[in-house]
Amino acid sequence: MAIRGGAPRRTYTWITAHAPWSAWAWRNTTFTAAAIPAALPVLLGLTATVMAPGPGTIPPLLILLIGPLLTRLQRSRFRTLLGLDVPEVEREGSRFTPFAVARRLRSEATWRQYGYHLLVSPLAAVAGGLVVLAWAFGTAATCVYGWIWILPADTRTPGWTDDYDTVTVGGVLLLLAAPWLAALFARLDSVAAAALLGPNRARELERRVEDLAESRAGVLDAADLERRRIERDLHDGAQQRLVALAMNLGIARATLTDLPPEAKAVIDEAHREAKEAIEELNNLVRGLHPAVLEDRGLDAALSGVAARAPFPVELTVDIEQRPGATVEAVAYFVVSEALANVAKHARAERCRVHVVRAPAPDGSARGADLLRITVTDDGVGGADPARGTGLVGLRKRVGSVDGTIMIESPLGGPTVITVELPCGL
Amino acid sequence: MRAVIAEDSVLLRIGLVKVLEMAGFEVVAETGDAEGLLAAVEEHRPELALVDVRMPPGFTDEGVRTALMIRQESPGTAVLLLSQYVEERYAADLLATQTRAGVGYLLKQRVADVEEFIDAVRRVAAGGTALDPQVVAQLLLRRGGGSDPLGRLTPREREVLALMAEGRSNAGIAAELVVSESAVAKHINSIFAKLDLPPADGDHRRVLAVLRFLDGTP
Repeated sequence: MAIRGGAPRRTYTWITAHAPWSAWAWRNTTFTAAAIPAALPVLLGLTATVMAPGPGTIPPLLILLIGPLLTRLQRSRFRTLLGLDVPEVEREGSRFTPFAVARRLRSEATWRQYGYHLLVSPLAAVAGGLVVLAWAFGTAATCVYGWIWILPADTRTPGWTDDYDTVTVGGVLLLLAAPWLAALFARLDSVAAAALLGPNRARELERRVEDLAESRAGVLDAADLERRRIERDLHDGAQQRLVALAMNLGIARATLTDLPPEAKAVIDEAHREAKEAIEELNNLVRGLHPAVLEDRGLDAALSGVAARAPFPVELTVDIEQRPGATVEAVAYFVVSEALANVAKHARAERCRVHVVRAPAPDGSARGADLLRITVTDDGVGGADPARGTGLVGLRKRVGSVDGTIMIESPLGGPTVITVELPCGL
Repeated sequence: MRAVIAEDSVLLRIGLVKVLEMAGFEVVAETGDAEGLLAAVEEHRPELALVDVRMPPGFTDEGVRTALMIRQESPGTAVLLLSQYVEERYAADLLATQTRAGVGYLLKQRVADVEEFIDAVRRVAAGGTALDPQVVAQLLLRRGGGSDPLGRLTPREREVLALMAEGRSNAGIAAELVVSESAVAKHINSIFAKLDLPPADGDHRRVLAVLRFLDGTP
């Protein structure tokens, strides 16, 4: 039963919700009608201009002056009567300095707002008038029989009942239509307001992208800074203590020669362990952020990386101006990770690393120089970025600074990895 | 022999003093930063300065820069640098400054092997060199092959040159490679020939060979 009864009940609910006496009807009507007082200054100004072309230039100037006020008024109309929040256009700087006013006059958002006030607002007022008239005529025509009884009987023309039936039906139809008319106008008005009074969407997105790029750069810098801090803490703390410990064990081993063999063995063992711990810690800390990168830049840091590779590496670094610290760190990571990959998988005899700072190609959005890193090995090739975890990490790290990576690795080699990083970050 | 120590970690400094005293040095000054080191060298003119690479205030390469200044201003003071990591550029900078005093560049962790460390310290103080085997190994890898004159060396000659770079004497090299001392001398002569070092330079050729090995410096 409930399922069967559902459809008619919904229809009934829908009709009452959109009936001329419903809250929906009244809300839209009030809103549309409210366009009339809101448009009054503009209407008066326009009329004055048309009537008296000479001194009529003053009213448009006045409208120009009260533009921001009108915008606030309209925004408040939308919010209180329709519950629609037209987002505010953000203003930068103070409001009343000549510079700020000039900037506001140049801004595209300001002129969109004037477009609304001068074009849409008068039309909305006319529409509001139409809606009010629809209500008034509808009501009057529906009550036409009521009016008739007030009039003296001899003024009624013959056949009046037929005419008045038509008028009554027309009135009822007009009453039913009035809320829909109001809803239609309210909808059109809202669309126009969102487009003209609110901020420009494309501009807004652009700004958002800029904000995001900026905040990402901030996050990267923060992470880099944090790595350096950890490196420093370990270097000045744990590493020194371990070295001191190993040294003291070494002194003990060298001076306490008359110990029983068991004790000597224990000292030997501890000494060895301490040295291994130092070695492990060194490798860990070096991976975090090499101190020499900060002091001497990429050339010196990469020469260290190249030298530690278990095969000969020919390194050329051609950088006149140092890129930003974050970009340097990424470049360092790229080279050390690429060489580690070569050592692990490529079975290469030798490797060439070339780092050059090149001007950005024409049409680049940022216009910043590029740091181009090329790693070439003569190994077996077949490196697949889809499978190798090392290459995935490389790609992520490069992507974090909006860099690009290109891997050419035919089976049988040679493998060429080209990475381009924007220096401007 | 008198020595000064520049090391900002107090724990390590105490240990280093102990080790140097074991090696027969008199530690005349200890300091924790570059300025203190320069002042101490100025005042005491010691035979040896033991210097940490990373020191206040910048905690970067103050030690290297100070060491270069000491080599210019007090040519009689031998400098032994201690570093957490070996960067060959630092080594090359240091060795490019030629004075009659010894020079050394070792990983900090080498002090743990006290006897070997003492050996290196004495060698440097006596005007020799002590390069960390890790630097030497790095350089060997880099210089292997190519048009480099070093590429003409045989593997055994390169081993000998590497040990020479670390600062070992002929006897030390012979012991390390388990060959006779005369065999070592033969290898060294062959190295000099291949690196175009004429015999006129005498003992100095050893240093020149090592320098050439480190960085094309003549």
